[in-house]
Amino acid sequence: MANLPKTTSKGSANTYDGFGIPLILPAWIIIGFFLVIPVAMMLVYSFLTKEFRGGVIWEFSIGAYDQFFFYRGLFGDSPPTIEWTYISIFWRSIWQAGLATFFCLIIGFPTAWFIATRTGRNKPIWLFLITIPYWVNLLIRTISMKFLIRDNGPLNEFFLSLGLISEPFHIINTNFAVQLGLFYSYLPFMVLPIYAAVERYNFALSEAAADLYASRTVTITKVILPTVKPGIVAGCILVFVPSLGAFLAPDLLGGAKNFMIGSLIEEQFKGAAGNWPFGAAASMILLSLVLIVLTFYARSQIKDQL
Amino acid sequence: MSIDNNIAIDIQNVTKMFGEFTALKDVSLDIKDNEFFTLLGPSGCGKTTLLRLIAGFEAVSQGAIMLYGQNIADLMPNKRPINTVFQNYALFPHMNVTDNVMFGLLRLGQEKTNAKRRVSEVLELVRLSDFANRMPNQLSGGQQQRVALARALAPSPRVLLLDEPLSALDLKLRQAVRLELQQIQIQTGITFIFVTHDQEEALTMSDRIAVIDGGRVQQVGSARDIYEAPENKFVADFIGETNLIDVNVSNLEAGKGSCILPSGENITCSAAKGARAGPGHLSVRPERIKISVSGKSLLEGTAVRHIYLGTDLHVEVKLSTGGNVTIRMQNSTQIQIPDVGQSVGLDFDPSSARLLVD
Repeated sequence: MANLPKTTSKGSANTYDGFGIPLILPAWIIIGFFLVIPVAMMLVYSFLTKEFRGGVIWEFSIGAYDQFFFYRGLFGDSPPTIEWTYISIFWRSIWQAGLATFFCLIIGFPTAWFIATRTGRNKPIWLFLITIPYWVNLLIRTISMKFLIRDNGPLNEFFLSLGLISEPFHIINTNFAVQLGLFYSYLPFMVLPIYAAVERYNFALSEAAADLYASRTVTITKVILPTVKPGIVAGCILVFVPSLGAFLAPDLLGGAKNFMIGSLIEEQFKGAAGNWPFGAAASMILLSLVLIVLTFYARSQIKDQL
Repeated sequence: MSIDNNIAIDIQNVTKMFGEFTALKDVSLDIKDNEFFTLLGPSGCGKTTLLRLIAGFEAVSQGAIMLYGQNIADLMPNKRPINTVFQNYALFPHMNVTDNVMFGLLRLGQEKTNAKRRVSEVLELVRLSDFANRMPNQLSGGQQQRVALARALAPSPRVLLLDEPLSALDLKLRQAVRLELQQIQIQTGITFIFVTHDQEEALTMSDRIAVIDGGRVQQVGSARDIYEAPENKFVADFIGETNLIDVNVSNLEAGKGSCILPSGENITCSAAKGARAGPGHLSVRPERIKISVSGKSLLEGTAVRHIYLGTDLHVEVKLSTGGNVTIRMQNSTQIQIPDVGQSVGLDFDPSSARLLVD
């Protein structure tokens, strides 16, 4: 009896406050070591000079950024013109990531809705099914997809044997293949947050809308979508951001022509042909893009809170 | 068929099945224009189902629901000029008070300026004018409840449905809102159909009450009717408290019945429809029984227990012929309260007793 904590209503809320810092400390240490320091290193590297066999020389330079945006001729002495190579890779990445986000939303929303509206035991079963692909490494899943969709792969053979097509669909090494890979890799990241939002959705709101003369469409656009919006936005960010930096799907399914930022950065840190400062600069530009998107998100969140 | 304009909602032989389960069985009810009508019953009795059928959230399995002579049973909820105040209010969390209240008006195609005027009108009616720009989560439960009411009243529905709207409020607030609701009903002249499991709420607010149990209407009448002249044991027991005394019914005519009490005394009192001769039950309200310590009385027994209720006191008396009877006495110094163990005689006016159907 002597060890029972005092549970006065006034004291109990404060009793555990002292644990706040110890509770968060491990996370802070991990974030500090493995996020802040590496990003800071990348920032520093992006302003250094490249060493020819990979690595850096500790000499300040904005050459990496210059190389990203401007072309100065073969010997670096012509008047600068805009270098479109990397910008277009970035643009393709944004476009692909946006498209993947769009398709994940179109397919993921009904899926999440379906799961969230199941009753009793069925819900966890469906959720479990959604997470099963994650038991297999992404690399292996992407390679299997490559085998599945190549010109003489099972997909094409199936359609050929049915006589639906006379020539194999050429899917591999196209933007479409990359899209397929991104969509497949990140779909659960769309489904799960939307599921969580729909799960919390109070279906009496739909009845209230119908009661107040709203058609089905109006109920969806004016009541359901705004209420589950946080889940949709979270899902879009969780799909868009990693898609933007993805390198497995573009590498394995897109081939050399359908390069995305992720592969571009990866190349810079691989082997003797690498250029660390350039890779670091590209990373920083990618990070800035992501931060801009997240800032917009944070702003809209704050506005919703008010 | 002639249309009776005095009838707002005419429920005709409505049955509702959920799979194998019969939620409502052959229910027929007339709800008059401009009436405060209450559906009263224990949870699971089907009263909320009936309300949802009227609103259109569920489809009837059989029967018709007439709204001023037009069958609305097959209309979608958004095509019925009926609005609902939901149990947990169901306010749109992403809209402020004004937008919540304006929602229905805009869906009906009202112009924004007109809609705004109507919104401030109803907000004034529910005394929430100062809260027009608040979000629902910035309001107390009582305020949310009034927003829900304003939102449902704004489109001027022909019938307003209220699904236990007071159940989430605390006692004091509930009592205040009761009066307010009644006033608003009189002021607006809209027919109210109010669902509750709280008999006190039903008795204090309603013009008429339908007592529902087991998916059937047990009795329809004014508060006084169902309290003073219950038709069956369920109604007698559910509305207020009652003592059921085993009696032998000897003679029945014109709503009156003679019966022999366990003590052998013979009394004549009012009888429910369908009461039969033979063994039956006599319902006597606890506050209608008087205790007499000496002299001849209708029933005799021993006081076994006191239950203290504040303003009142319950005395439980074990009858000498078996069975217990509860007497409600005012907790006053003027009244003599029998001690536990004391022999007492019990008397009541036969006109306040009622013979019931089982």
